[in-house]
Amino acid sequence: MKKTIVIGVIGSDCHAVGNKILEHAFTQAGFNVINIGVLSSQEDFINAAIETNADAILVSSLYGHGELDCRGLREKCDEAGLKGILLYVGGNLVVGKQDWESVKQRFLAMGFDRVYAPGTPVSVDIADLKKDLGIEE
Amino acid sequence: MDAILLIDFGSTYTKLTAVDLENESILATAKALTTVESDIMIGFNNAYKELEEKLGDREVNFIDKLACSSAAGGLKMVAIGLVPELTAEAAKRAALGAGARILGVYSYELTRSDMNEILSKKPDIILLAGGTDGGNRDCIIHNAKLIAEHIKDVPIVVAGNKNARDEIEDLFTQNNIYYKATDNVMPRLNVLNVEPAREVIREIFMSKIVEAKGMKNAEKYISGILMPTPAAVLKAARVLADGTDMEDGMGDLVVIDIGGATTDVHSIADGEPTKPGVTLRGLQEPYAKRTVEGDLGMRVSAESLWEAAGTKRIKKYIPDTPFNIEERCKYLQKNVNILPSTKEEEEFDEALGMVAVEISMERHVGVLESVYTPMGIVYSQVGKDLLQTKYLIGTGGILVHSPNPRKILSAGLFDRNKPNYLKPENPEILIDRTYILSAMGLLAERYPDKAIRIMKKYIVKA
Repeated sequence: MKKTIVIGVIGSDCHAVGNKILEHAFTQAGFNVINIGVLSSQEDFINAAIETNADAILVSSLYGHGELDCRGLREKCDEAGLKGILLYVGGNLVVGKQDWESVKQRFLAMGFDRVYAPGTPVSVDIADLKKDLGIEE
Repeated sequence: MDAILLIDFGSTYTKLTAVDLENESILATAKALTTVESDIMIGFNNAYKELEEKLGDREVNFIDKLACSSAAGGLKMVAIGLVPELTAEAAKRAALGAGARILGVYSYELTRSDMNEILSKKPDIILLAGGTDGGNRDCIIHNAKLIAEHIKDVPIVVAGNKNARDEIEDLFTQNNIYYKATDNVMPRLNVLNVEPAREVIREIFMSKIVEAKGMKNAEKYISGILMPTPAAVLKAARVLADGTDMEDGMGDLVVIDIGGATTDVHSIADGEPTKPGVTLRGLQEPYAKRTVEGDLGMRVSAESLWEAAGTKRIKKYIPDTPFNIEERCKYLQKNVNILPSTKEEEEFDEALGMVAVEISMERHVGVLESVYTPMGIVYSQVGKDLLQTKYLIGTGGILVHSPNPRKILSAGLFDRNKPNYLKPENPEILIDRTYILSAMGLLAERYPDKAIRIMKKYIVKA
């Protein structure tokens, strides 16, 4: 049985290219990818995950407002009955030259399971996802 | 001559239309009060007498008699899904497109009190959806179990996650529940697939509901009650827009039907963005889309129309009216058979019609939202973009009988002051002067080419 993941770009962010690349890469890696596309709200991610019975939600944010857009997503997932669903986030999460470790800690504190720095190759995400979902190579 | 008799058993009137097949013309129309409480055929015979008088001494041989019906409350449905914006919405759209009146839309796992509420609403059919194919199974199975436990005599259409279908079929068979299972209304996220569910709803309507509503009598005389009346209107609109192999269609169009209790809007168009740089979002829209506004009507819903619109919005169209708008609306709601007799009363009805058109179109069409991003403004569209729609067609009592149908329908056009509503900008405005749309939907079942040509002839410039 293929594992289902929901991907999309959160907030008022319309960076579509990376989103398409991720869809392609995760599909190639054997996942059932539900891509909700750009300009997606937290509710869009949650609704999609409920209907499709998804195993993980992967949030992209490229325009620097990720911290504002992602806050409260874990709590809303809990409310919606998606307790314990895997949450990943990656992209250009914040503006300016901030210390990456502190950025990562902030997102982990928000309830994300994994946080990816700008420029992380998608192969890293795929390997982590397989590990977290217990998929044998 | 050979002719076809088309019958609409409406909630108030039974309407007959006799069509000359060879010359593709309307021979006569007639109507009488619907008598579904006693025997539906009494009203039919009254109307038929009138029709015979109008036909005079012409030799007419009816080779086929087809009917649609919205009598006895129409086709009343409850739609059930998982997430309100997704499968519950998809189920609602499937039911609306099948010509149903929606009594309620339910989402997530239902409760015993939900079951009691559904039962008290007395639906004719329940549409059960939930989950994409391969997605969530728990919710629809939970809801099916509750239905099996609490609801015995309502036909169920199952159109949810295909991976839950076997289990639900077994459950319903064991519990002697009448059901039909078909394809998922939302097989993949945001992908709408309403046609199979619509077709199954229609099958149940023909085989079960017609009888349950005391209309079996009529079937002895006529060839069949094929569909609910709103489905016939949608069918006519669709055939007129798309055409057939032999006959060209007219292209994208919108039909507005203003009634006493509701205002229906049908659009036949894919509704893709017509402006560059717009991102389409949300659940896919049905190509043939019907929306029903139960709070916008000329009589039964006059008060709720006032509540929805407010005095100011009605007054905008009749600044000098001698009436108190609130009181007049309440009065019309209590006296549903009133016809306007003075110029002021006529203008008041027109204003109500215009407000009904304006608001029902706002709710039907897509909305453009500007999103401010670090890269500048981008636009996201939810719903159908109908800016370039070629035709706006009016039907229903107020429009058919009004001297100013064009004025009333113009209230549904794109408004520069509310540019985010994607209403038709510059369509040709037409009127169903002879009130034949539902009849033509029926005729199109057997003779689509003829139905198109007749509509092109009888639906005229407003």
